[in-house]
This record gives sequence, structure tokens and C-alpha cells, in this order.
Amino acid sequence: MTAVYRWEIAKLLAQKRTYLGLGAAMLVPLIFVIVLQFQSGGPNDVPLGRYIRDTGLAVPFVALFFMSFWAFLLITSLVAGDVVASESHNGTLKTILTRSRERGQVLTGKILAALTYTAVVVVAMATVGLVAGGIAWGFNPLTSLSGTKVSTGHGLALLAVSIAVYFLPLAGIAAFALMLSTVTRNSAASVVGSLMWALLMQLISVLPGIEGIRPYLLATQFDAWHGFLRVPADWAPVVRAAWVCSLYALIPLAVAYLVFLRRDVTED
Amino acid sequence: MTDAPPVAARALVKRYGRIVAVNHVDLTVEAGDVFGYLGPNGAGKTTSLRMMLGLIRPTEGSVELFGRDPVKEGVRKALAGVAGFVEAPRFYPYLSAQRNMRLVAAYDGGQARGRIDELLELVELRDRAGDKVGGYSHGMRQRLGIAASLLRSPRLLLLDEPTTGLDPAGMRDMRALVKRLAEEGITVLLSSHLLGEVEELCNRVAIIRTGKIVYEGALRDLLATATTEYRLRSAEPERARMICLAESGVENVRAEDGELRFQADEEAVAALSIALGQARIGITVLAPEAASLEELFLGMTGGESGDKSPAREEVA
Repeated sequence: MTAVYRWEIAKLLAQKRTYLGLGAAMLVPLIFVIVLQFQSGGPNDVPLGRYIRDTGLAVPFVALFFMSFWAFLLITSLVAGDVVASESHNGTLKTILTRSRERGQVLTGKILAALTYTAVVVVAMATVGLVAGGIAWGFNPLTSLSGTKVSTGHGLALLAVSIAVYFLPLAGIAAFALMLSTVTRNSAASVVGSLMWALLMQLISVLPGIEGIRPYLLATQFDAWHGFLRVPADWAPVVRAAWVCSLYALIPLAVAYLVFLRRDVTED
Repeated sequence: MTDAPPVAARALVKRYGRIVAVNHVDLTVEAGDVFGYLGPNGAGKTTSLRMMLGLIRPTEGSVELFGRDPVKEGVRKALAGVAGFVEAPRFYPYLSAQRNMRLVAAYDGGQARGRIDELLELVELRDRAGDKVGGYSHGMRQRLGIAASLLRSPRLLLLDEPTTGLDPAGMRDMRALVKRLAEEGITVLLSSHLLGEVEELCNRVAIIRTGKIVYEGALRDLLATATTEYRLRSAEPERARMICLAESGVENVRAEDGELRFQADEEAVAALSIALGQARIGITVLAPEAASLEELFLGMTGGESGDKSPAREEVA
């Protein structure tokens, strides 16, 4: 399993699209900070937006909010949607499936690699945002969503756990993209399909009259990290994100697994 | 388990909807064979090989490699000691040959990593080992496919048209390599539609037509089944033809390119030569012409093309 995972990561590192997504994720907070340096206004209506010039710590939180609309969805889909389909298309699936690894091991390695990439992209974005914001406005204490001051060290810890919770809905998107990648064997269809799925979730979440189901939509889970920035911490959205996102991830992964195990590997 | 034949397919069927790609194929490849799997394009050769390698599941029947079924027992067990490729071998174009080899070695458990350079040397790719495979020619990829197969030190090699797309020199080298591997004791199942290649390399053959095996056995026995045809060139063709027609046991007499051709057994040919001598007809050539594998193949496959010459390799 380790060997498969390691080589899946090596394959990702050798492909341009990997750096395209990673570069975009790192560029967004940098551009954001540079633009704010030349403007007087700010994103006052988003969580922590009004405090963004008080401390660089606020930058990655604000970037998390903005990038949940489409940027992270696209970046995640771009890699997770390609990870099986590209091998089907290039014919390399038959190369690795006739060696000494069972199909389940191969797919698990691919799933772990796609999730690793997703996590790395979020961490890279937050790191660049933190450093750029820190250079621009210093590492001062952070004002929580409840209005209380939070020390820099505590703020960094909150950022770490927020990233962890933010990763959960992205894992759901990645799982859906992996399923499409396995079922359709078509990279473009998988990337576009999973992006459409994520955007549809967002669209549904803003429709009026769906208050009953809104907490269980995937898009809603991108705000679960707000719970950590309240004093005291509100664990309800975090716990809900954990189990809701697990369902959104495990169901498509189970479908992908069943399809991958039984599929006929032919030239596409 | 170790006495089981390298390949044993029993009543193997693969259907795609209403299309029957492989239709109750029984096939046995014995240890030490260089086994030619012949058939026109679309006859079911590659589908059979895919089932042998566990890439597709049989609709009915089974295939076992050294007694192990890849579908039931998984590729890890069933493909131990087995290697090969179907259609063209595929590699990651954005990785070098060296890294591709390291990747497949890692998928096999990593033990063979130390043999990579030696195998790249064997297939004459050592100098280009650091280049990305995306820039490789078809022939180089074929050779890399062989090297990747040999990483597993296989007892059985399944090769699907390994010389297709190669230039004549590449074909010669590939065949020499297959010969050498067979001499080292590796059993080879070679799918091909190049009849000359099969005649040159194989001791046993199976011929598949529209998913069904129409012949399986020794190549020598197959060639022996052919009725021997003779050609006769003489100073007086018309008189000679009349004598041929009158001679008992001489059949299907016809004139072609200034010669006479006919079918007969040796006894009838001996009698014919005496008759021609008695008629004072000078004979310049009287020679047997065994039917080629191509003629037998065309007869068995209903005239669908295989190909015996490299220059016409993509006919079928």
C-alpha cells in the first residue's frame, strides 16, 4: 500500500496540472493581500473581514471563505477527477493492474494521494496567506467572531483546526470526482461533473425555504470552521460537518471501489 | 499446482452485449512452448489475453495460469511468474524510462529494482533511460514493455503482437529477443497476425476465428495436414498437361505462369515423371511446394487476412 501511495504522489508531482492548482491556491491570498495594500476598503461583510488589516492571522481565514465558492472546488476536481480517468485514457491502468497489487490497493493509493493533494493545497494557501498577511499587517492578536481577542498562538491553533474541518467538505468533493473518474473514465467529464455537483450544492444552499435540509448540504459544511472562532467554541457545526461529510465522501468512494474492482480494463 | 500448465483456458467466453468476442475457447499452453495465437484482427486474441491477465472478467468459463485463476485468486497470486502486455505496452509519458521501471518494480514489491539497469541494457535503452517516455518511438516503448515484463523474472510471457508497428530492423531484433528468452526456458504465448513471425518463432499454434478456436496443435502437424502441390516446368507444356490430366492420382491440374501445377502423392508423381520421359518430354523443374501457413490460415479463417510479410503487416 505504501509503495502504491508513494508512486501516486510521485506521479502527481510529475504532472503540470498538479502545480497549476497548487500555484493558483498560493497565488490567490498573495494577490488578495497586495490588492488590499492599495485599497482603503475591505471585505467587511465576510467572517473576520473587517479585522483583516489588524493582523495577518485573519488573511487565511478570509481566503478560506472566498475560495470555498469555486477555487478549491475546481482545484480539487482537477486532480481527483483525473486520477483514475487519465490512467484509463492513457492505457497505464493495465500496466499497473497486471503487476502484484490488487485493484483495491491501487484505488486506495489513488484515493489517499488525491486527498493528500487536497490537504496540501489548503495548507499551502493558508501558509502563503499567513506569511503575506503577517508581512503586511503583522502577527497581532486575532479578534474572534464573538468579538473577543485571541492571542497569536491561540489564533494559529484555531487556524490549524479550521483547516482540518475545512478539509472535510473538500474530501467530499474529491470523493465525488474520484467516483466520476472511475465510472466515466473521462477526465474532462469528471472534472466538470464534480465541479457542477459542488456548485449545485451551493446553489441549493442559498434557495429560500430549505432551512430544514440546509445544515446537511455539502456547501454548508464549508462554514463549519466558524464554530472554532466563537468564544466559547461552538462544536455543533463541527460535529455535523464530520458526519455529513463522511457520508458525502464514503458513498461515492464505495461506488468507485465497487466499479473499479469489477470493471473490464480495455482500451478507451 | 506447480505441474499445472502455464495457460489453461476452459470454455472461455466473453460477451459484450450481443457480441460474442470469445466463444468457448479451450486452450492449453505447455511449459517450454512458444505458442502462437493466430487470428485476424478482431478474432478475439486480445480479449483472450486480457482475460488471462485478469484485466477483464470472463462471462463464462475460466482461465488459469499455472493453476491459478486471476479472477478468483487475484493478480498477486495468479500472475506470480507471469508477465506481458496486451496491445501496445503503456507507460507514464511524463516519467523517464528509468522511473517507469522503478514504478513497476515497486508495484511488484521492489525486489527487482536492482535489475533495472541490466534490463534496460538488454533492450538497448540504457542510453535513453533518463528521457521521458513521452518522447519515445513506438519501437522503444515496445522494448521498454519487454524490459518491464522481464523485471518479474517470468516463467510465462504473454505478448500481444509485440512486433506490430516496428520497422524491419526492430521486428528482427524483437524476434531475436523472443527466441533468446524462449531458449532460456521462458514459456511464451505470442499473439500475432503475422504468419511469418509465427512460423519463425512458434512450435505450437492455435488459430482463432470470430472468437472460436479452429485449430490447436503443433505447427509442424498443421503444416503436414496440407495437401502437397507440385509444379512442373517442361519443354512442351501443352503435351505435358495432357499427360498430367491422363495420369491417375494427379489432380487439380492447372497452368500458371508458364508452369503446370497439380496435387498428387509421391507415388503418382513418380509415375508421372516416367510417363513424361516415355513421351520424350523434357522436364526442367518438377518440385513439391508445401502449402504455407498463410494458405492454411486463410483456409481456416475463411479468407480473412493474417499477414506473412512485414511490409503488409496492417492488412487485417
